Amino acid sequence: MKISIQINEGPYQHQASDTAYQFAKAAIEKGHEIFRVFFYHDGVNNASRFTLPPQDDRNVINQWAELGIKNADGEPELVVCIAAALRRGMLDESEASKNGIDGNNLHPAFRISGLGQLIEAGIQSDRLVVFGD
Amino acid sequence: MATKKFMYLNRRSSFGTVYAIESLEVVLIAAAFEQDVSLAFIDDGVYQIVEGQNADGIGMRNFSKTFHALGDYDINKLYVSAESLEERGLSADDLMPLVYEDEDDDWAEKPSVKVVSNVELSKIMSEQDVCLSF
Repeated sequence: MKISIQINEGPYQHQASDTAYQFAKAAIEKGHEIFRVFFYHDGVNNASRFTLPPQDDRNVINQWAELGIKNADGEPELVVCIAAALRRGMLDESEASKNGIDGNNLHPAFRISGLGQLIEAGIQSDRLVVFGD
Repeated sequence: MATKKFMYLNRRSSFGTVYAIESLEVVLIAAAFEQDVSLAFIDDGVYQIVEGQNADGIGMRNFSKTFHALGDYDINKLYVSAESLEERGLSADDLMPLVYEDEDDDWAEKPSVKVVSNVELSKIMSEQDVCLSF
């Protein structure tokens, strides 16, 4: 089955991203395809490469990165909503330079794109599962 | 592109959290994909379409007027939970008069909002392909 996931909450504050990760990992192990994971609302904060949890804790960002969810062209399918991201200080290199900001914090396993990617995921997938309150 | 039935579940009030405005942003983007779109307003979500909102005092943009544009995007299936309205001391008269122009009926102006029971709403939800909850 082709599954997409939407995550609406940030890491550590809320279980949503952890639960979604466990779900995605289990689905992949069962032979299902994760078509796309879309990070929206505070969920965009799951993509910060500057995240440094204590050493004895899980690293929510790296967990996602290690799943290696990519499309046929090798592009990451961990997609961060651009409008939600820019509002919350989540930038990739191109958005940073476009806005004259001297740094960027998007983990390379993720990419920034528009809300259309969420709708497309809903159309292309057999199931779209939302995590968050 | 395949057409699916998308339902957006709005469960939080207009202000206080970002969910209402970011849900509306998704709905407007989704309109461009020509899918079969419905909106449901349940729990505090019913406050999103209450008439006469004013956010000046909290320094927020009053985006509630945007709901009036939904009809222009062919989004005209807005379901409101009767129980959620009642629990909050509200009635259909407190809601914005949201309308659309029915092209199959000589562009007659018709109401987009329908107050339904939770039983009816769960039936409508069960007929959807994709439910996005905000």
